[in-house]
Amino acid sequence: MGSSVKTESNLKDSSSKKINFAEIIKRHGILFVFLLMIIGISLRTDSFLTQNNMLLVLRQVSVKGIIACGMTYMLIGGEFDLSVGSLVSLTAVLVIDFHDILGPFAAIIIAILAGISVGAFNGFLVGFLKLNSLIVTFGMLFVIQALTLLYTGGQYVSVSNQGATWFSIIGRGFIFGIPIPVIIFGIILIIFGVVLSKTVYGRYLYSVGGNPIASKFSGIPKTYITFSTFIITGLTAAIGGIILGSRLMSAQNYLGQGYEFDIITAVVLGGTSLFGGSGSIPKTLIGVLILGFLSNGFIMMGFPYYVQWVVQWAILIGAVWMDVASKRGKILA
Amino acid sequence: MKENECILEMRNITKTFPGVKALDKVNFEVKKGEVHALVGENGAGKSTLMKVLSGIHSPSEGEIIYQGKKVEFAGPLDAKAKGVVLIHQELSLVDEMTVAENIFLGDLPRNKFGFIDWKGLNKRSKELLERLECEFEPTELVGRLSIARQQMVEIARGLTQDVNIVVFDEPTASLTQEEEKVLFENINRLREQGTAIVYISHRLNEIFQISDRITVLRDGEMTGLLNTAETNECELTSLMIGRDLEDHLDFEKRGRDEIGKEVLKVEGLSKDGLFNDISFSIHEGEVLGLSGLVGAGRSELAETIFGVRKADSGKIFLEGDEIKVGDANKSVDLGIGFVPENRKEQGLILGRSVLDNLSLAKIRNLNRYGFIKGREEKLIYQDYQDKLDIKTPSSKQQVKNLSGGNQQKVIMAKWLCINPKLLILDEPTVGIDVGTKAEIHKLIRKLAAAGIAVLVISSEMPEVMGVSDRILTMYHGEITGEFYAEEATEEKLIKGITGIEAGACKVG
Ligand SMILES: Nc1ncnc2c1ncn2[C@@H]1O[C@H](COP(=O)(O)OP(=O)(O)OP(=O)(O)O)[C@@H](O)[C@H]1O
Ligand SMILES: [Mg+2]
Repeated sequence: MGSSVKTESNLKDSSSKKINFAEIIKRHGILFVFLLMIIGISLRTDSFLTQNNMLLVLRQVSVKGIIACGMTYMLIGGEFDLSVGSLVSLTAVLVIDFHDILGPFAAIIIAILAGISVGAFNGFLVGFLKLNSLIVTFGMLFVIQALTLLYTGGQYVSVSNQGATWFSIIGRGFIFGIPIPVIIFGIILIIFGVVLSKTVYGRYLYSVGGNPIASKFSGIPKTYITFSTFIITGLTAAIGGIILGSRLMSAQNYLGQGYEFDIITAVVLGGTSLFGGSGSIPKTLIGVLILGFLSNGFIMMGFPYYVQWVVQWAILIGAVWMDVASKRGKILA
Repeated sequence: MKENECILEMRNITKTFPGVKALDKVNFEVKKGEVHALVGENGAGKSTLMKVLSGIHSPSEGEIIYQGKKVEFAGPLDAKAKGVVLIHQELSLVDEMTVAENIFLGDLPRNKFGFIDWKGLNKRSKELLERLECEFEPTELVGRLSIARQQMVEIARGLTQDVNIVVFDEPTASLTQEEEKVLFENINRLREQGTAIVYISHRLNEIFQISDRITVLRDGEMTGLLNTAETNECELTSLMIGRDLEDHLDFEKRGRDEIGKEVLKVEGLSKDGLFNDISFSIHEGEVLGLSGLVGAGRSELAETIFGVRKADSGKIFLEGDEIKVGDANKSVDLGIGFVPENRKEQGLILGRSVLDNLSLAKIRNLNRYGFIKGREEKLIYQDYQDKLDIKTPSSKQQVKNLSGGNQQKVIMAKWLCINPKLLILDEPTVGIDVGTKAEIHKLIRKLAAAGIAVLVISSEMPEVMGVSDRILTMYHGEITGEFYAEEATEEKLIKGITGIEAGACKVG
């Protein structure tokens, strides 16, 4: 067919600079926000930009960051999981309690199995029975809390002989000066990032979240994809719970309370859409870092910690608004 | 005002998107009381020009003169308030709302308490629907209607008030002949009232039937402004595609005795309320046409064979082996491809790239340990982009930014690249330009020649008759006739699809 395809190169001159600039802001706006914030906070405090403080922040964000990777899959696939916070508490309690009974290795396995099972149960309800994921996991949040309470009787559990086990290394150890939780976070970032962008599974995930009907019409096993995202998120919550337990060498039923809010904020802040079908792991990393540095900076600047909740809410609203605005193509409805 | 006055002039309109120059110094004018057709290949810039008019896109250069004054509409609602209505190529209805709500969305009539005046709403909608001779109720949910009917709702929505200019962007793409006739009557009525009409279509016969003048676009440039009475199809196509188009619908067909091995066999397939006791088979290298009116159950039947729907009873065999009904994933593995009727909802992941969409079905075979073989994927992409002439600035372009016809080509490519044994095409050339349409028809025959069994569903009689070796007619969920190419005539088919001889000849 005769007509030529217009290529990028021979048209470059015709697209005006203004468009390009707006495009860059739209795509990488979050990076600017991040840089501005770092500059802002470091101007007001002395110790913010030190290596020690950076490592501290990284260690602080690593648990939520790991779960945020799972949550990124969840949101890209078009579903929600609000039960991750209580799942962190449950798995932390399990790993600590079983540590003294069966030893650290078996305890870790049990915690992971628990995370996966809860995920599978949620995934079954949402994927196979087609129930609304908000409702399913919001309810699950309380069910798990109840189970944890039942299990601990509201008591605090801890490892009795902390000197005699290697278990604390996971949460407290260092390799070449880098905290092990940060290393685990890094590994998970890489695995999740690669799987999302380079595998068939990743493609399917974007498709299912982007247009479930067209995915079905392309022969993509949507049910299984949805199911799998819940298992993955459950797994990351369990890893988070294990790291947290290991760092504290004890656990309590409200350990992970409110995590879901921080995690979803971080993921959305990074630019993953609440409507499904778009987002990425590097974006999530930036979202996680922004929240981490923000809370660290707030503490260093001497604000009470609860001020952060308000700011975080405002940020979340901002991020969601941007998302909605970009969908409808303008700022105001 | 004078008779021949231009109500609208668009001067030197240029519109660039990142990487694409969609319009290049285009001039376009419309007079009061004329039907002005806008034609051109897929991606020529027709929809973009109209989006610039209604303020959805602002032009990079150029100006719009409306009723003697320079204007720039803030958006479709503003344009509508000032008398310019755009009826989109893509449906933009809310499935969960009723027909009436959709028609008056944005300015629902209210009663004196400020609540929605349901009675008034339904009454006004009913009048409008009656004028358009639609046979459905204002209270029905839009999501339950067929695409053709949804299209009528979209049109009704544009006509809720007095307008000066109405733009129809491929309105008949999914309408039945009957509905098309009604639409034309309405267009003529509007024209007599002095309304100016812009009419975009790929069907040249419609253009000649309805329009007074024609503006031709090619690759974003204006290549002609013609009086319809003084031109002909040949001149028009060569202006559109830059060369002459050979007549294409006279392929060699297979006769009764040249039939190959059976590929697909359907036995007694039934689904309550949709289709009943359907049995037929398709053979290697055969193109089977399925002709029927919208609502006859054609699409539902196709969806069931592909596996996105479940049947109540019946069996499906592929190359002699029974396949589980209702498992589309398996179907793709077995080599069944399906180009669905509704490209936006069923065919594409709009927010993803052209590449992602094109390889979506093939990708299951393009991996090693789950990792996508990027280079092979890219090669397949290039191959099919070339073969089907898909116009896109790059493989990374979001598919929602392609023109309607190019989107359809992406879906075609998605299934062609899996090398299917059976390919089901539901209205494959809707919204596709004449040049590419001819290519697709050729392609269908070529696929058949390569041994693929093809099932073509189409509302266009010449298309079905042109490409099929054998044709089944369907009426009210039942197969009413079977004709080999040499014996099929338009009359026989029409009898079949309108049920005049319903049940008279069952096919085994
Ligand atoms: N929002 C957009 N972003 C980028 N490119 C776009 C956008 N909208 C349209 N285009 C490009 O502009 C060109 C013209 O598209 P347009 O939709 O106007 O074509 P068309 O003539 O209506 O074709 P069709 O007959 O297939 O509907 C195409 O190459 C298309 O890819
Ligand atoms: Mg168009």
